[in-house]
Amino acid sequence: MATPVMDKVEAESAASPYITVTFRVRRFNPEVSAEATWQDFQLEIDPKERVLDGLHKIKWDLDGTLTFRRSCAHGICGSDAMRINGKNRLACKTLIKDINPEKPITVEPIKGLTVLKDLVVDMEPFFQAYRDVMPFLITKDTNEPTRERLQSAEDRERFDDTTKCILCAACTSSCPVFWNDGQYFGPAAIVNAHRFIFDSRDEAGEQRLEILNDKDGVWRCRTTFNCTDACPRGIEVTKAIAEVKRALITRRY
Amino acid sequence: MKIHKYDTVIVGAGGAGMRAAIEATKRSRTAVLTKLYPTRSHTGAAQGGMAAALANVEEDNWEWHTFDTVKGGDYLVDQDAAEILAKEAIDSVLDLEKMGLPFNRTPNGTIDQRRFGGHSRNHGEAPVRRSCYAADRTGHMILQTLYQNCVKEGVEFFNEFYVLDQLITEEDGVKRSAGVVAYELATGEIHVFQAKAVIYASGGCGKFFKVTSNAHTLTGDGQAAVYRRGIPLEDMEFFQFHPTGIWRMGILLTEGARGEGGILRNKDGERFMEKYAPVMKDLASRDVVSRSIYTEIREGRGCGPEGDHVYLDLTHLPPEQLDAKLPDITEFARTYLGIEPYTDPIPIQPTAHYAMGGIPTNVQGEVLADNTTVVPGLYAAGEVACVSVHGANRLGTNSLLDINVFGKRAGIAAADYSQKADYVDLPDNPAEFVVSQIERLRTSTGNERVADLRRELQETMDANVMVFRTEQTIKTAVEKIAELRERYKNVAIQDKGKRFNTDLLEAIELGNLLDLAEVMAVSALARKESRGGHYREDYPNRDDVNFMRHTMAYREVGADGSETVRLDYKPVVQTRYQPMERKY
Ligand SMILES: Cc1cc2nc3c(=O)[nH]c(=O)nc-3n(C[C@H](O)[C@H](O)[C@H](O)COP(=O)(O)OP(=O)(O)OC[C@H]3O[C@@H](n4cnc5c(N)ncnc54)[C@H](O)[C@@H]3O)c2cc1C
Ligand code: SF4
Ligand code: FES
Repeated sequence: MATPVMDKVEAESAASPYITVTFRVRRFNPEVSAEATWQDFQLEIDPKERVLDGLHKIKWDLDGTLTFRRSCAHGICGSDAMRINGKNRLACKTLIKDINPEKPITVEPIKGLTVLKDLVVDMEPFFQAYRDVMPFLITKDTNEPTRERLQSAEDRERFDDTTKCILCAACTSSCPVFWNDGQYFGPAAIVNAHRFIFDSRDEAGEQRLEILNDKDGVWRCRTTFNCTDACPRGIEVTKAIAEVKRALITRRY
Repeated sequence: MKIHKYDTVIVGAGGAGMRAAIEATKRSRTAVLTKLYPTRSHTGAAQGGMAAALANVEEDNWEWHTFDTVKGGDYLVDQDAAEILAKEAIDSVLDLEKMGLPFNRTPNGTIDQRRFGGHSRNHGEAPVRRSCYAADRTGHMILQTLYQNCVKEGVEFFNEFYVLDQLITEEDGVKRSAGVVAYELATGEIHVFQAKAVIYASGGCGKFFKVTSNAHTLTGDGQAAVYRRGIPLEDMEFFQFHPTGIWRMGILLTEGARGEGGILRNKDGERFMEKYAPVMKDLASRDVVSRSIYTEIREGRGCGPEGDHVYLDLTHLPPEQLDAKLPDITEFARTYLGIEPYTDPIPIQPTAHYAMGGIPTNVQGEVLADNTTVVPGLYAAGEVACVSVHGANRLGTNSLLDINVFGKRAGIAAADYSQKADYVDLPDNPAEFVVSQIERLRTSTGNERVADLRRELQETMDANVMVFRTEQTIKTAVEKIAELRERYKNVAIQDKGKRFNTDLLEAIELGNLLDLAEVMAVSALARKESRGGHYREDYPNRDDVNFMRHTMAYREVGADGSETVRLDYKPVVQTRYQPMERKY
């Protein structure tokens, strides 16, 4: 290892890090008003901090009524998908310096799901679509194996990408088809169906494909790639949807 | 107020709660109350793996695993429980595989295994490959797989319901669980759940530290709820500081990184763990590695302008190996530090990670009211509980194991109990405590703010009861916590509404953290020895004569309403292994 006495991060952190930014947040609280409004907050923040840190500064030091979901703060629990500067992202995985902090940073709830308060939306329709694709391993074994089922490393790799999903809804709520028609399963449900359809151990691919063949299923996808751009886990969502479509056409997977 | 009746109520939908729910739902009418959507639980953050002596890649057996667990816990482990953990590990991994968990595989298709800190061949001879894993997102896979199976079994969830009180009814001098009181986030409505059996699976309490790998929501609500109702808390002074948190942020970089060959280095590039643990080196147990890091820092060999961290060096590992085995943590380094782990070492420091202590239970998950008496109808499992399989220091990969083994056991035991037991009468006015707590916070005109008190609490905990402790530092913490508890009475919130009032809930969570911080500090002050995660510079040796015993902390309320922590002790269960000096 080269032994840098001071590396990049440390060199930067030696100077005073703080800058002033404006957070322009979409507020809505039906207990107070039926109208949603924009509210500006000015904060001093280190640009290497997360948008979530900025929201916390507002909530903790300026306005305790600002409401949003969050838990892990490092991009693995899927609580805090929001529209930041017009794009769906996780607030805890977006650093201030990467989103042009010279201009006001806009923060709004994700689209296509009912807003309940400020940045909190009703996730129930999203989880319902997930449950509808039978997101669990189905096997027809009459007697359970005593040891683990065998799976080759290649077969395991086949569906690796779609096992990363944290159900944050960034993809589904960036999809224009979903905005126009909430009946569409949406990319996240298809990603989770993919995870089982291409798992060599699963034996219900046919049933899941039938579900996705529905009028609200995969054929609604118009390949706009918004979902792939939005996914904070780097899942190739559009590719997964295309693979499901192809499996439907050939029924060989 | 709404009243619900269920056979079994489970508090929490992380790994332990959902593993219990899968069993309980098959056997009894079960409700799972959880403050987060199940898939948001912090089990999903676990990276490295789950231990089981499958012996898929090299010779191994459950007896070696038991020994490592006991030794890792610095002999404070109850050995009967550790034996169950190690034996049932094998089936619990196989159960998960059958439920669909996509483990990494060996070339012949079996579950692959890798090395992890403190896990050894034949009682400490050399590291052994015992950790079953799915890349560096094993916890994510466990959480997803369990949720998927809950969907399959039709488990009934009450999402974003915060349990704020435990109901206990005394009958003939015996404390019995009658149910719980919960607050519904969306509406502000209060719900009483009467249940024959209640299982706490509400996770840890790491948020009383500043630098921590724990989620914002890990505020010890379950521990605090039962403690307030007279149930003791066991071994709360034992908290694990994981060696490799991202510098200043605390985000975890799994020990699996060292399992794959990563090396810790000081500012001179020296592999310093060779000095402290000649055999296990970077894979010595976590308390040992964390202390070694701080020793390097204190002796002036830390890195950076302030010399306040060391490096985790992965640069000698092939990029393909990092991509295949450690994709998430290398991405954390890129996202949060702007560092490329292929070519640059990652700045790290120890991070507050895991509560070894918690609600005392026996191996069926039944909660204890004292050293021996069970509270009928009350169960706990997972990080909230203390069985005790982790003793003074938990081995990596033993917690994902714990939540599966004891989550399953508690689920079965609770449901069996609720099938034969009757409901216990609810206390008069069951929601009284929660209603008054909420009213007080909503109407308070005090001048204290939640964020300030929490910040001060976290700072005092980091400064005084972290990796190194002394009589003086702990006393400083005890005094500061007492001051904060006093000031907490004047806390006011800004959001007075009913809908999604997270301002209110953060205030309640802070109250829980303050209660638990006090228990922790008072327990630590009384333990005048060093053992596992509890290191006293003024008593640097383990003292088996006086302290080979579990701490049991009880809340005492004086006639004038003043609260104190009363300490008692419980013997450690020793079966096969005599305490020895711990060397790695
Ligand atoms: C970053 C990280 C990495 C880790 N890596 C590993 C590893 O590789 N191997 C290993 O063995 N261990 C690891 N651990 C430890 C292990 O992941 C945890 O100890 C374990 O997952 C805890 O599971 P649990 O089910 O007890 O709690 P959690 O998963 O934390 O779940 C708690 C649940 O309780 C609910 N809850 C909390 N309070 C309330 C309330 N008041 N009312 C209602 N519900 C409530 C929450 O909603 C949540 O559903 C790691 C821990 C961390 C933080
Ligand atoms: S596919 Fe990606 S964006 Fe969509 S829910 Fe899963 S993690 Fe979120
Ligand atoms: S808070 Fe967990 S993903 Fe952002």
